[in-house]
Parts: sequence; C-alpha cells; structure tokens
Amino acid sequence: MSITIKEVEHVANLARLELSDAEKEQFAGQLNAILKYAEKLNQLDTEGIEPTSHVLPLANVMREDVVKPSWPIEKVLLNAPEEEDGQFKVPAVLE
Amino acid sequence: MSVFDLRLAELHNRLQNKQLSVAELVEHSIKRISDTDDKIGAFLALNEEGARKEAQALDAQLAAGGERGLLFGVPAGIKDNIVTEGLRTTCGSKFLENHDPIYDAAVVTKLRAAQSVTIGKLNMDEFAMGGSNENSAYGLVRNPWDLERVPGGSSGGSAAAVAAGQVYFTLGSDTGGSIRQPAAYCGVVGLKPTYGLVSRFGLVAFASSLDQIGPITKNVEDSAYVLQAIAGHDERDTTSAKVDIPDYLSALTGDVKGLRIGVPKEYLGQGIDPQVKERVLEALKVFESMGAVWEEVSLPHTEYAIATYYLLASSEASSNLARFDGVRYGVRADNPANLIDLYRRSRSEGFGPEVKRRIMLGTYALSSGYYDAYYKKAQQVRTLIKQDFDQAFEKYDLIIGPTAPTPAFKLGEQVGDPLTMYLNDICTIPVSLAGVPAISIPCGTADGLPVGLQIIGKPFDERTVLRAAHAFESQTGFHDLRPALS
Amino acid sequence: MSKYETVVGLEVHVELHTKTKIFCGCSTSFGAPPNTHTCPVCLGHPGVLPVLNRQAVEYAMKAAMAINCEIAEWCKFDRKNYFYPDSPKAYQISQFDQPIGQNGWIDIEVNGATKRIGITRLHLEEDAGKLTHMDGGFGSLVDLNRVGTPLVEIVSEPDIRSPEEAKAYLEKLRAIMQYCDVSDVKMEEGSLRCDANISIRPYGQEKFGTRAELKNMNSFRGVQRGLEYEELRQADVLDSGGTVVQETRRWDEGQGKTISMRGKEEAHDYRYFPDPDLVRLHIDAEWKTRVQASIPELPDARQARYMQQYGLSSYDAGVLTASMKLSDFFEMSLKHTSDAKASANWIMGDLLGYLNANNLELSDVKITGQGLGEMIQLIEKGTISTKIAKTVFKGLIETGKSPQQIVEEQGLVQISDEGAILSIVDAIIAANPQSVEDFRNGKEKAIGFLVGQIMKETKGKANPGLVNKLLVERLNA
Repeated sequence: MSITIKEVEHVANLARLELSDAEKEQFAGQLNAILKYAEKLNQLDTEGIEPTSHVLPLANVMREDVVKPSWPIEKVLLNAPEEEDGQFKVPAVLE
Repeated sequence: MSVFDLRLAELHNRLQNKQLSVAELVEHSIKRISDTDDKIGAFLALNEEGARKEAQALDAQLAAGGERGLLFGVPAGIKDNIVTEGLRTTCGSKFLENHDPIYDAAVVTKLRAAQSVTIGKLNMDEFAMGGSNENSAYGLVRNPWDLERVPGGSSGGSAAAVAAGQVYFTLGSDTGGSIRQPAAYCGVVGLKPTYGLVSRFGLVAFASSLDQIGPITKNVEDSAYVLQAIAGHDERDTTSAKVDIPDYLSALTGDVKGLRIGVPKEYLGQGIDPQVKERVLEALKVFESMGAVWEEVSLPHTEYAIATYYLLASSEASSNLARFDGVRYGVRADNPANLIDLYRRSRSEGFGPEVKRRIMLGTYALSSGYYDAYYKKAQQVRTLIKQDFDQAFEKYDLIIGPTAPTPAFKLGEQVGDPLTMYLNDICTIPVSLAGVPAISIPCGTADGLPVGLQIIGKPFDERTVLRAAHAFESQTGFHDLRPALS
Repeated sequence: MSKYETVVGLEVHVELHTKTKIFCGCSTSFGAPPNTHTCPVCLGHPGVLPVLNRQAVEYAMKAAMAINCEIAEWCKFDRKNYFYPDSPKAYQISQFDQPIGQNGWIDIEVNGATKRIGITRLHLEEDAGKLTHMDGGFGSLVDLNRVGTPLVEIVSEPDIRSPEEAKAYLEKLRAIMQYCDVSDVKMEEGSLRCDANISIRPYGQEKFGTRAELKNMNSFRGVQRGLEYEELRQADVLDSGGTVVQETRRWDEGQGKTISMRGKEEAHDYRYFPDPDLVRLHIDAEWKTRVQASIPELPDARQARYMQQYGLSSYDAGVLTASMKLSDFFEMSLKHTSDAKASANWIMGDLLGYLNANNLELSDVKITGQGLGEMIQLIEKGTISTKIAKTVFKGLIETGKSPQQIVEEQGLVQISDEGAILSIVDAIIAANPQSVEDFRNGKEKAIGFLVGQIMKETKGKANPGLVNKLLVERLNA
C-alpha cells in the first residue's frame, strides 16, 4: 500500500490543512515510510483479541443532572479572534 | 550549592526558622532564570508579578503561623500544555500564541492548595509531539549538560529547568515517554504515574488514552511529595481512577530486600548504546547488593509498540487538535475568503510540520476503509502489549531497564527523519501503552552525559516504584551530579 | 393512481429535556442571551473533558424502551469528526456502532388500518450550536448555548409507504416521547427535528429506488408536503426517462418545493472512533428494570383502555390520546363527570374546533379538564341547557373561571319554574295570534316559531323541554 499525492490531498482536506506541493511530496514520502513500518503489525494474528481503548476497566462514570454556573460572557469571548453581539463571528456560511 | 539543592524538609525548616523567606526563594528562581535562560530556553512565560505577590502572601501566612501546604513556598514551573487561568498557555504552538486560558487545570488547583508558587510556563515540543523539544514554535531548549545537545522531549523545558536549577520542581506530561526521556537526558527524576492517577482536566490533549501528568524533580523524595500533592480522583475527568491515595513518602524506607525485578531483554537489545547498557547492568548490581533479585524477562510484543503507539496517538491527536479552528480562540488567518479557507489557512499557519505530519497520519488511519487495518488493529496489539506486562508482573514486583537507548543526541541530528526519532522511544512507549507507572532516575553518565534508569511498576503501585528508586539514589548519589552550567 | 410505490425512512432527532447539558453543568433552558449558557467544556476549550449526564442516559433508555427497542447491555460513545462553526470540538460525541437501543417498532394508524413501522436504532448524542447569517452575507454568528443539549436520534426502517404514513409515524413518535416525559417535542422550537430518505419504485419491484435525503422540514405539515412534492418529482424524472440522483435536497416551505443541495455538500468521511475521554456504559438488568418501571401508560394502551372502559370508537380514542396533554385533560374531566362520551364530544368538537380555528394549543387557553367536567355535570343536573353550555364553554376558554361562577355571573341558570315559563308562554301566545291560528289549522311548524320567541324572550335560559310541554298544553287547551 502506498499513499499517492491525491490521497495526501484528500486527507489534508479532511483535516482542513493547506499543504504546499513540496509539503505534499514530503508527507507522501514520510507517511509511506511510517505506514510501511506499521505493516509489521500484520505479522501478528489478532483474530479474537479485544481492542484496548482504555487501560482502566472503568464503566458508568456519570454526573448528576445539576446546573452549575456558566462562564461570564467576557471570559467566553476573551480569546475570540472576532466577535459581534456576544457571538463568535465567522465568514458567511452558505445555506 | 543552590538553595534548590536543599531537601524539602530542610527548606521548610529554614522557612520556619526565618533563615529564609518565600520571597527569597522566588527571587532566587527569577534571578537564576534571568541568568541562564537565554542559554537554555526553558521558559515561555514568566509569572514574576504573580509569583512575587504569592510569595508575600505566603510569607505573611508563615509569620501568622498558619497551617502549611505540602509544597509550601516552593517555586515551580508548569509545562505549557497545562492550562493556567490568566497565564498565557501556548502548548509550544504558534496557533495559541495569544491564548489566555479562562480556567485552571485540576493539577494547577492542586498545586495552589499545596501552596507552591508558579514561576512560569515551560517550553515543549508543539502539542507534546516530539522527543527533542526541537518542534517548539518558540525556539529550542538546550540541554544544561551540553548546550549543543537536546534536552529530550516533549517536556524538554520542564526537565532542563530542573537540571539548570531554575525552579525547585516542574510538572511535565508523558504520552509515550515525554517526562521520562527528557528527565533521563537532563539527569533528573521524572515520574509518569499510572494512567488515571492524576486528573487530565486542563491538560491539553495529545492522545487522551495515554496522556498523564507527572513531576520532574531533582530527587525521588521530591517526586513523592509532588505526586502526593497532585494525585487523586477528579470528577471532571471520567478516566480518573477512584483509588485511595496512599502515603508515598512513607514508602521511602531504603529497603528493597527481596524485591523481584524483571529486566526485559528487548530493552537491552539492538540499538542500545553500550555505555547505557553498562550503566543499567551496574545499577542492577546495586539492587543486588541491597538484597533485591533480578533476572531477564521477555516482553515479546515490544517490537510492535512503536507502530502501535504512532497509529493510536496520531489518530487521537488528529481529532483532539481539530478544535483549533480559529473560531473561538487561537490565531486566525488574515482575510479568509470563506469558512473553509479560514480553517485551512489558520491551521496551516498555526501548526508546525511535526503536528501536521501526525494529524495527517491520524486522519489517514481513521479514514474510511482504513479504520480496521490501522486503528482497530493497533488497539488489539495494545491489548497484547498490556498482557506482556500483566504476565511479567505476576512474577516480578518491578521491571527495570534503560529509559532511552542512548544519552541526549545533538541538536539537529535527527530533524527530518521522523522514524528514527520515533525509535528513541522504544523503552518508554510500551509502558505508556500498558498504562503502568514508571520513573526515570539518574544512574550515572556516558561520556559526561546523564543516563536514565527506568523503574516500572504495577498499576497504582507507585509506592514500590518510589521505594526502589529512592533506595537506589540513596545508595549511589547520582542524583546529586549537576551540570557545569555557569 | 401512481404506478410507483413510495418508500420512506425517517431520521428523527429529539432533544431530551434534562436540566443540564449532556457533558457539562450548563443549563439547557431555551432563550438565554447568546453564549451565556456556556463554559470551557461546551466551548471546546483546550484541555477540557466531558462528563456524562446520568439523566440523559436514563431519558434515552426510557425513550428506547417506549418504542420497543432492545437495550444494549454494553455501549460506548464515539467521535464523529467534521468541521463546522456550530461544532466547537470539531467532532460530535455520538454513538456509532453500539447504540443504546436497537430493533424497535411503533404502530401507526392510517385510514383505519394499523401498521407497524420498524425502528432500526436509537442513539444518544450531543446537539450543535446555532448559526445566524448576517444580512448582506457579511458573515455568520455563532451562539453555543445549544451545544451539548442531549439528543436522541431515532432511525426508522424504510417501512413507510406514503407521506401520510410519515406524518402518522411522526405524530405517534411525538406522542410517545411526550408521554414518557423525556422531551418537549416542539418542532417549532427545534426540540423535534426530522430528516427523510425517500425513494420510489414501480409496484412489484423488490429493489429500492435511488433515494433523496430531505432536510429542513420544520413542521409536521412540512414533512408531509415535502414528501408529497418529492414523490411526484421523482415520478416525473422516471417518467421522462431520467434517473433519480442520490443527493440531499432542502424543502423550501415558501416555494413549496425541494431544492438540490448538490455542490454545497461535501462527501463526508466522519472518521468515527471510540471517544477516549469517556468510558463504556454498562446497562444491567437492575438499571433496565428501574427505568422500565418509570414508563407511564403509552398512547396505544390508553387508546385501547378508552375504547374498552368508556366505549369510545377507535377513532375518537385515537384523537384523544394523540396528545398527552389532551388525554390528561380528558381524564381530568372524568373526575367531575361520569359522562365520558359527552366529554369526548365536547373535546373533539368544540375544544379542538376552537383551537384549530384560532391556531392555538391547549396550553394557550384557560379551560381545564375540571371546568369541562363540572360543566357537563351542570347539564346533567339540568342547571343549564346544552345551548347555554355553549356560552359557558366560551367563558371557560376565555376566563378559566369555574362553570358555576360563569353561570352565576352571567345569570345563565336555566328557568325551570313552571309558573314563570307559563306567564311568558301566555304573553307570546297573546302577541302572536297569527301563529296560534296557523298551529290550530294544522301547521305544526308554527310551534317552532313560538318556541323560538319564548327562548328569545328568556335569552335562551328557559328549559326547552318545559317550554315545549307548556306551550303545547296551552295551545291545545
């Protein structure tokens, strides 16, 4: 399996990254090397092995439905690159 | 000798006897940073004014004779991926160059309760991705032992700051070795606790199933103190364990008689520097001399750990870092043509190459058609790696090996070769995947550079890890070696 | 009759009315100023972690049980990754391959026949924020108050065969959610939302046709009209030799048509994976039993009971139970009268007639079930006539006073005193000799005019039976 420039472009689009042609070339090469290295996992038969997403055997960790104070609006907007009327502003989203 | 070389109990004695004030400790720290940090580059933000105010308050409290916190008056540095309200937190990324958090991380609240004084925020590989601190958007960090060498990473600033005596202790974060490896390279003590022991709330996520905060200190006793202060269940972190926190300090008995130690042959095999191997074998002899027993053990899936780790961590990271979109915080590209342009350019301008590389890898591994082949497969192999440890711990109390296969390498030596860089983590990554605790302590030098010994324990058995580490350093004194930094 | 069969599957989102958001303690209440119900967690700030709201899980379990789903013993939460300004983390926490509920069904009734619609799954997820588009296209504004409101998504099997069935399904689903008390289910406020997949195929063909996904149907009527439009559009395409394209289409209420969103939608690849910040859910038998016990009598059961207990027709019982508020109103009235049929008739005729004519909901008017019951009792006792009751009913709706009070205040008590009526009867006979003459000459109809005059004179309060009896007696004397 080898990653093409086209796949790099597709993945970059999914990840919302803009890459120069040089970066695309470089990433294609490096990702291929890493994925080729990762192919060694295929030497292992993992049929029937449970995947581990957590090392701790935790379940049912929940909170009660009790209202806590929200943050003051000045803090909410403190780091906003652009705001208007107490809201975050972004370029027009097409409907 | 620096005042920061005093043991905590002694420091507290002197504070109590008015031989020393918190203000003096804080000034010492600020001065040391100002004297050395243009060489080292450990600090990204300083909290001088806040720290001085804090010192005043603590000195007043001392005069009034109130109850003292566990880390009373001690100057601390915090890795820059742990959020501090009102104190700039960049994660070493240009994307967050103007980010002022609106809340404190759980550990920061805990440190405040323990009454340490936060001096500033520490340099790191961008979003904790890297093993040399060369991936910071704010310049590299130099190893105090040799300014031409890397301090390790990603907690490079946290390790270098302790080694250079700039603060009394620091907090780092460890995902695949990011506390232990820089601690080894900088000749200090770095502890990665069991996954779930310390709250991750307020730690900017790299790989959520692996990230863990821990202390970097000059000796094991301090490590136990800081761990005592920051460990414990947090209802804001669903993955934080509900376990009783034992007294870590009382574990430091100096007695390791009868301890059973397994030494993974895979950690001493191919690729290991002969001097590093020599130091580890010598360390084992020290344990033997103190009455512990050791033998070789196999952790057969070690060779698959790095591939497993990079697939899992990058996949989680690709999702964790998606929130950096330029809408609510962080940098936004100028004059975006439209929404997609805003996203693409803000992210491309804000992230460095290693971060982009891992986002690309993770996005690819999770994308349609590849999930089973990469992500799920890696999760299954993770199960096998964890089982290696489970089995070894049926027979042994501890697993001991090197922290890293080599001492600190030269700046720029491995840039541009991500795969080789990744291979430096062969001894720390399996431990992270298994979620078990491990400490790196100094065990001598190789060509004048510190070598780290890694002591790995059973889940939530930090007491045994600390006991062995403490016994070793008491016996050898390697932790008292200091770099000849002027 | 079209030669095509319509096939519809619905995806319904129901907002659960917990007090707080699904993963943080911010309030879910509606209508606060923008971004004032937010915190670092729901704003997706760096470093935050989600903590699951137990109530949201229990509401989802309750909803799933009420639509006859099997409840998962183990389930987990997954991240659905996509960039959009209303999604602060750039992923939505949802459930991908282990939903809370699966393989359910509900029964609907269309044209007097009952039909079972299969439910593929019900899963729990978080809602997104709200985007407002600025005039002139200068930008969009993001309000994150709604982010993190718990939602269940309910996906039906492609069992629905007409827009009418789709509407019946939605109405039944809404009623069930209302009965379970897990949601406000108001389509206008967005607490109930519906997307539809619709395709057509020639009758007899087994394979499904190519489907279109319909969005933006903001009312029950909109769903029905959108689907009606779309089945005709697809039939036109096929009839003119074309092929239906798989795409997303937006229902435009104003134009009354669906519009292709092609080109405005990208191919999605959501890269689902288990959320490492959350742990698994284990729903054991004890928990299931406890939640099951909290589910009240549901619409179908109530309908059957009304038919059996009160002798109502299936249709009437169905109308009364379609809304829990209406059904509760009916039951409240029966605490004050034993005449269930009368109550049902008043509700279905006068009450619903009034609400529909004025485009109101039951909660918009002041009448209570108790008021209606008491009014029916007044009719039974002869205190008021059915005719007067219409006036009293109007008073109940407008003032909310008790019927007794309305009757007294407006002097609406029926005149049943023979002497009083007789004197009026005599006066009317005296004043209308021609009509009396006509009656005596065999024109039976004339009596109607005289009764009318008497009722007019008494402002309708005279007991009509008594008036008739006394008038006939006098005329025949």
